[in-house]
Amino acid sequence: MSVPFLVFFACAFLSVLGAVLLLVSWEPIHSALSLILVMMSLAVLYLLLGAEFIAAVQIIVYAGAIMVLFVFVIMLLNAGNEERTDWSKIAKVVGLPMAFFLLLLIARGLSRSVIGATIANGVGARSNAGVSTRDLSTALFRQYLFPFEATSILILIALLGAWILARKDD
Amino acid sequence: MDPGEERRLSIIPISYYLVLSAILFGLGAVGVVFKRNIITILMSIELMLNAVNLAFVAFARAHGQIDGLVFVFFVIVVAAAEAAVGLAIVIMITKNRESLNIERINLLKF
Amino acid sequence: MPILDHLWIIMALPLAGAALNGLLGKNWSKPVVNAIAIGSVSLSFLAVLELIREFAQLPAHQIPWGKDYFTWLTAGSFRIGFSLQVDQLTIVMLLVVTFVSTLVHIYSTGYMAHEDGYYRFFSYLNLFVFFMLTLVLAANLIVMFVGWEGVGLCSYLLIGFWFLKQSAISAGKKAFLTTRLGDTAFTIGILLAFWTFSSLNFGDMFKSIVQMPPDTMARAGTLTIIAVLLFIGAIGKSAQIPLYVWLPDAMEGPTPVSALIHAATMVTAGVYMVARMNPLFSRAPIAMLVVAMVGAATAFYAATIGLVQTDIKKVLAYSTVSQLGYMFLACGVGAYAAGIFHLMTHAFFKGLLFLAAGSVIHAMGGEQDMRNMGGLRKQIPITYWTMLIGTIAIAGIPGFSGFFSKDEILEAASSGPHRNVVLWLLGLVGAGLTSFYMFRLVFLTFFGKERFDHHKVHVHESPATMTIPLILLAVLALGGGWVAAPHLMGGTDHFEAFLHPVFAAYAPQEAGVEQGASLAAGAQATEEIESNSTMELVRAITGPPVMVAILGLFLAWWFYIRKPELPGKLATSLHGPYIALYNKYYVDEIYNALFVAPLLFISKYILWHVIDEGIIDGVVNGSASAARGAGGKLRQLQSGNARSYATWVVVGAVGFAVLLLALLSVSH
Repeated sequence: MSVPFLVFFACAFLSVLGAVLLLVSWEPIHSALSLILVMMSLAVLYLLLGAEFIAAVQIIVYAGAIMVLFVFVIMLLNAGNEERTDWSKIAKVVGLPMAFFLLLLIARGLSRSVIGATIANGVGARSNAGVSTRDLSTALFRQYLFPFEATSILILIALLGAWILARKDD
Repeated sequence: MDPGEERRLSIIPISYYLVLSAILFGLGAVGVVFKRNIITILMSIELMLNAVNLAFVAFARAHGQIDGLVFVFFVIVVAAAEAAVGLAIVIMITKNRESLNIERINLLKF
Repeated sequence: MPILDHLWIIMALPLAGAALNGLLGKNWSKPVVNAIAIGSVSLSFLAVLELIREFAQLPAHQIPWGKDYFTWLTAGSFRIGFSLQVDQLTIVMLLVVTFVSTLVHIYSTGYMAHEDGYYRFFSYLNLFVFFMLTLVLAANLIVMFVGWEGVGLCSYLLIGFWFLKQSAISAGKKAFLTTRLGDTAFTIGILLAFWTFSSLNFGDMFKSIVQMPPDTMARAGTLTIIAVLLFIGAIGKSAQIPLYVWLPDAMEGPTPVSALIHAATMVTAGVYMVARMNPLFSRAPIAMLVVAMVGAATAFYAATIGLVQTDIKKVLAYSTVSQLGYMFLACGVGAYAAGIFHLMTHAFFKGLLFLAAGSVIHAMGGEQDMRNMGGLRKQIPITYWTMLIGTIAIAGIPGFSGFFSKDEILEAASSGPHRNVVLWLLGLVGAGLTSFYMFRLVFLTFFGKERFDHHKVHVHESPATMTIPLILLAVLALGGGWVAAPHLMGGTDHFEAFLHPVFAAYAPQEAGVEQGASLAAGAQATEEIESNSTMELVRAITGPPVMVAILGLFLAWWFYIRKPELPGKLATSLHGPYIALYNKYYVDEIYNALFVAPLLFISKYILWHVIDEGIIDGVVNGSASAARGAGGKLRQLQSGNARSYATWVVVGAVGFAVLLLALLSVSH
């Protein structure tokens, strides 16, 4: 077992653990912290996959900004424990098996699909080298310029929207 | 396989990442369906997005193309925007309803 | 303006009268309604006279004269135009219809003077004349059928004129439905005719018929089938066996209606149709035999029923059925002119008899049962004399119109080209019975002791509006036969000569030779008149028809004047036959059990309850409640519960993923 594998399994384990904790926790703040755990481990996995930039963005933006926002809101709203009410019938009967089934399906489908066939037997990536940030930014500002600009406008709109929604009514 | 190739190929098979992504996605779906707190539901959605990101990065690595990473970039940006607006709405609802229980938000009932 | 170019005026006048009276007559006074009604019909009669004057100047090759006014229906190459035609036969019918209609209209102003719905009556009567004229003037089968159906409608409306009386409404319905049966066959006949001849125009049809091989007694081809189908329509309209049952019930209507529609005009439409389609019938011997058999059988059968009826109008009704049988007998043995001649004389004397009966009923204050009459001779003299003249005419006493027409028919049956001894015998016996029951009617009504309370019933003669038409018709019943006085009487048969072109134009070769021969014989006979006329005269007057007529008169006198107690004794001793005859052989009851009751049962229990309520309502209500149920279920999806929404999203995602992966693995 080489180091990458160990790291992989460790991070995989941590991320799954975090996800489960997210589901199982009573308090929302615990769920938020578990999510942060997931994100951290995913960042390591991105590093393993050679996407350093993305890993950095994940930590800075996702874990560092979005999750912080979540935590702030939880604290602001003083979100207490979840109520002990029974699960809705639909959820119990249909939802749980459905989700599990979805999982299995995706896994099986992937393993059987064209993509899965080429890589399931351990065939890895084309090259060992990662993707450089330079290449990424080149693509971003050339090919994907329009989506880039559109997304910035999207953020602007979201900013405005969030502000309008959340302000006090005078 | 010769040793050089083996070393090159001794990175983790992409399928492992995909399986992990699938598991995380499924867990996120479970969370959306079963959790009662709105904020927790939103966090489960974020979990699903993360799982998808992982899959994209894995595929980007598998094909050697950069498009997957670009997509991830945009997903993260949009997730941020969505989280912001979503939480703003949550705040508004909570002001009205005094509760974070999603089952209390049922004014769209027939 | 030449009427020949504007034939439609003849029909339009009564239609205008009907419309005016029908729509606006409610608010008008009686004189105004009278003026419009009588005026429109008499103007139509004057138009017919003018038409005759112009017609007489037409060269022979332009007859029949036809005018096509507008295209009514087109469908591809099929075209029906509103076309009218005039030939000699049309002229005869037009004269009869317009003249008798005018007289009946005048009569009705007196008879219906105290009735509610006065304007409605005249509106319907005018409408009837319109449809009858359409029927007569038609140049193709479809326009004729329009008239055919229209007169049926008016008959229904007029029979049920007193629509608050249950028996009247039922009678109207019975008339309409029974004739409907015949009309169905008629329609099929029209369709078959179109399919065979590619045209429904009389001229075109006859030209096609001549080019086809005629049917024989051994082979019933298309021609026979068409002829029989059309004749079934005539059976319904002209009340022959087995569809005659509506005519006696139609006596529920006012008496002028019975006189006009059920004696003179509508019921003769069937005879007219057969005469008009004579090229077809002449080439379908089996059909002609059917016509003759039905006619003769009906003539005899109806006469037997008339022997014992007690209602004065019912006797006349059965008499009408019987006389119509004679007309069909004539057509069936090829003597079309004789049939039309009898149609004309019958219109005169039967119309007269009905109007006179109406006068009697009016005098007796509504009484129709002859057993409650008697001895009216001195009290209503005009009615008595006119009725007596009509009776003598119908009995066939020489000199009067009925003699000439009936004699011609029986002679054709006994010695014409299609002679048949059995049919002749039936006709002969029927003539004797006719004489008997008609004189019985006269004796019971006008002779003997008064069988009613003199103080309760004030017998009074009818007003002039009623008696003048009676007198006019009596004159015609007396002298109307002389137009066809056969050559042996010292004159030419003007009537047959007049109608000859109509029946000879398309006659089959063998009969044509014979007709030519009879004309030649007639011409020859005219030359020999001086020498043979006396012998011929004696032979005609002492022939079998006259014998049975006088026998009938004698028997009626014996039974009802000489020994009035005899009928009662005979009835009790021959109780079975008497009851059968009195109850019209129970035909109505048989029909009721065979056809009406099952139909009502099916209609009520199966069609109504099962199909209409169960199936149709069930489907409609069921689909409505299904929609409501489905909607109710689907509505629950909109629970407002965000979690269930989320769950459905996941379910959908799963489904989509399944689909996608299945597709992927299939393509792989």
